[in-house]
Amino acid sequence: MYALHLLAQQDPGELVQGLTAVGRGIVYGGAAIGPGIGIGIVVGNAITAMARQPESAGVVRTTMFLGIAFTEALALFGFVLSFIISG
Amino acid sequence: MLALEFPPISELVEWRSFGPGGLNKVALIYVVSALLTVAFFVVAASKGRRQRVPTGIAAIAESSVDFVRNQIIMQTMGTEGMVYLPLLATMFFFIFFSNIFEIVPGVQFPANARIAMPIVLAVLVWLIFNVVGLVKQGPIHYFKGILFPPGVPKALYLLVTPIELVSTLLVRPLSLSVRLFANMLAGHLILATFAILSAALFSASISIAVMPFSFLLLVFLMGFEILVSFLQAFIFTILAAVYIGGALHPEH
Repeated sequence: MYALHLLAQQDPGELVQGLTAVGRGIVYGGAAIGPGIGIGIVVGNAITAMARQPESAGVVRTTMFLGIAFTEALALFGFVLSFIISG
Repeated sequence: MLALEFPPISELVEWRSFGPGGLNKVALIYVVSALLTVAFFVVAASKGRRQRVPTGIAAIAESSVDFVRNQIIMQTMGTEGMVYLPLLATMFFFIFFSNIFEIVPGVQFPANARIAMPIVLAVLVWLIFNVVGLVKQGPIHYFKGILFPPGVPKALYLLVTPIELVSTLLVRPLSLSVRLFANMLAGHLILATFAILSAALFSASISIAVMPFSFLLLVFLMGFEILVSFLQAFIFTILAAVYIGGALHPEH
């Protein structure tokens, strides 16, 4: 209740500004969860493949970077979106 | 407390224009990196012609062209893609040079942290792979390959066709440009954050004890950004090669 009381006393412009900043954080944080897990899976499996077949490391590395690039794009969309959001 | 004033993002990436046609720092970096790319290959070619065994700049150019050929083209397109070696090699070096200005002292701005040039490059790649597909496969075959990928159950085309249309023709250029832009912007912001933090800690009284950690992390991140600017140039080029290769060969 005390927090609500504080919120009510704030200047509405400042409130919007603060909530925008919180929203930006949530947008980027949310967008980073999935790609974080995804890149972990991609790199982990690439390392397994390289360890099992060291002679195919070149091909695996190229494919790994491709997989990382596709996965990472989602996180970067979130990163850009967090700047686009404005109060 | 700490005199920590983080500037708004516009202050970090927007530059005054000082020349004709709105020439500013970003445009200047692009001009310099384009000239560097041209000069690098011209000098290397004229030197390499006179030497039996290439040394110095000619050796660097030779091994980097070799890198583009073996790591990018052979992995994605095969020997058929050798026609695109000049395009991909110059694209790689142009992006790499404009990225590496992020850590060049006195400049310290990755020109690709503004989205203009990534968009131009992505549209260029988009045009090239579409034209290649239209010419090599013919319009009907090419769009059939995109919209109705073989090996999918008939009923699923209801779902697959719109997804493929959007992902091939819209999301590809978008993600290609945003990936490069956002990576470089994020790197620039990280470096700026730790530089500002180090400066603020340095001027404060007791907090100077923490300053070395922040400063060392800044130095470490500088090295990391060298890797990132190389990796982003590599990824942009290899994705361009993958898209062109996909347009060259229809999916089976």
